[in-house]
Amino acid sequence: MKHRSFFWFFLPTATAMLLFIAFPIVSVLIQSVYAPHEQVIIEVENCGPFGCTATTTVDQEATRALREAQPMGRFVGLDIYFNRAHLAVSEIGALWTAAPDLGTFFSRLLGLPFYGALSFTLTYTFLVTPFSLMLGFVIALSVNALPRILRGPTIFFSLLPMIVTPLVGGLILFWMIDSRGVLGAFFQYLSGDPDLSVKASTPMMWVMLIVYGIWSSAPFAFVVYYAGLQTVPQDTLESAMIDGATRWQRIRYVMLPHLLPLTTFMALIKIMDNFRVFEPIISFQASAHAQSLSYFIYSDLGGETRLLSSAAATSVLTIIGIVILLSPVLVRTWRSFGKA
Amino acid sequence: MSTTVADRRPASLRLALGAFLVFWLILAAFPFLWTLWGSFKVEGDFFSRADWMNAVSGTLTEAETGAPFTGDGYYGAWVQEEFWRAGLNTVIVTVSVVVISLTFGTLGGYALSRSPYRYAFWLLIIALVFRAMPPITLVSGYLLPFFEWNLWGHLPTTIIVLVAINQPFTLWMLTSFFRNIPKDLDESAMVDGCSRFQAFRHVIIPVMWPGVITTGLFSFLLAYNDFAVTSMLLSRENLTMVPKIESFLGTTQTRGNVMFAVASVVSVTAPLFILVMFFQRQIVSGLTAGAVKG
Repeated sequence: MKHRSFFWFFLPTATAMLLFIAFPIVSVLIQSVYAPHEQVIIEVENCGPFGCTATTTVDQEATRALREAQPMGRFVGLDIYFNRAHLAVSEIGALWTAAPDLGTFFSRLLGLPFYGALSFTLTYTFLVTPFSLMLGFVIALSVNALPRILRGPTIFFSLLPMIVTPLVGGLILFWMIDSRGVLGAFFQYLSGDPDLSVKASTPMMWVMLIVYGIWSSAPFAFVVYYAGLQTVPQDTLESAMIDGATRWQRIRYVMLPHLLPLTTFMALIKIMDNFRVFEPIISFQASAHAQSLSYFIYSDLGGETRLLSSAAATSVLTIIGIVILLSPVLVRTWRSFGKA
Repeated sequence: MSTTVADRRPASLRLALGAFLVFWLILAAFPFLWTLWGSFKVEGDFFSRADWMNAVSGTLTEAETGAPFTGDGYYGAWVQEEFWRAGLNTVIVTVSVVVISLTFGTLGGYALSRSPYRYAFWLLIIALVFRAMPPITLVSGYLLPFFEWNLWGHLPTTIIVLVAINQPFTLWMLTSFFRNIPKDLDESAMVDGCSRFQAFRHVIIPVMWPGVITTGLFSFLLAYNDFAVTSMLLSRENLTMVPKIESFLGTTQTRGNVMFAVASVVSVTAPLFILVMFFQRQIVSGLTAGAVKG
């Protein structure tokens, strides 16, 4: 295709992505090095250079004028990145010198908001991704053993946890594990503790969020593995049988290698999706026990005081995080293209 | 595919797999059936302090409303709290997003699939990076400019933002789809004197519908299921269904609102059920399209 016609065909999608993905990234970068104007700055001008205490006599007009003149706020460089709500460099230094051993250091480190969110996001990503792939694979093997007529309805019901809106799926599970819900009652019966409440305990909340994650992403792995199983070469399977391979050996040495490219593909997609985990935390009202990076940004953006700069800094750190996570894949894609 | 020797399994294994599958199906489907059933009860039954069996038998529902089932939750959500307005907004948003992003996506995906140059590859890699970014990180970039230019809160803004966020995925899917349509088809049309666009218009468009429908389903799901963008960029009166549900949760102090949320959750899930029922084959093929080819 000629460059000129390529340009015209690609123009609409390029404009959309440039305006609403590329520019916002720039906008986020800029916002993250500006902080909102403080009202007290104006006061200094009003009541003289010395002895001006923080009174409530804020010059509203001057504040507004300043904010209108410079809507970005004042330039603060990388301060926001290093403050307590983000990388918390000085706090970590203090913790490091104060902590008696590594364990205490890490537990206190996770008390800092950004590191807490990061640790949950990473835990979630690296537990949900492998477990949902495994569950999906076992479901695919089982469905593959079903008589043909039963497969359609089974696939239909298996798709539901994935297709349903994440917020809605989370709510449905949350209402069931509520201490007054059906699963909550079941847990209380199992543990023999009538006051047991998942909502009240941090470890149980984490477990529930991860269970929700596996529940909602296993169908994707199932469908892809199921399609992959249809393409496993039957000749190879049969020759493996003739060579005396057991059922397990056939799975291990024929099917799994055949499905490996699928597994990398799905792991890539699932890491991207799980890293943005967000809605279940809202559904489970879990923000007191677990925050993800996305939720951290959301809670900064929402509410009465929109902390745009803080959210922007977290956003930039999140984007850096996802690029680091994906870098092996990107490098590999780049190399394989170089060869071809 | 006929049953081959390799497919034959001993009875014990088949039993174990069957049992596992029943367990999984209960896990996958029971929560939805339970919530559907419970949405016709009163809150005291669905969240029963006394005995979870109340949710099945509807003891309190019968005492409060005189019948074992009640539509109060649905009435409260749809009529009292005007959930229909949110439903209307959702229809506007999803239909526009699907139409616009498919238009942009087919043009761009076709161009990418037919370009032999290296920049086409780089554009796809950039799209992959864009796809990987959580939408909420972009939202923090939108807010300040949108406030400044008075774009915040309106449906068209949200539609175009969702279209843009949708583009990377749409491009990947449609590029891989167009690559499967033989080049000879449009090239022979161009030999016969068609321009590139005429070839696209008269030769490619008639054969592209299966791929476009599959991609459209996923665009629909993205727009319909979105919470991050719609909840941050829409004003209260313009909310779509999913963020509207969240606003029911915010006011749990007042009795009955949880049941509004339950009823609206069921209402939001119902169209998805129907969608899967009719388009199961397309959804499955779409999920596997990029993967199986590797």
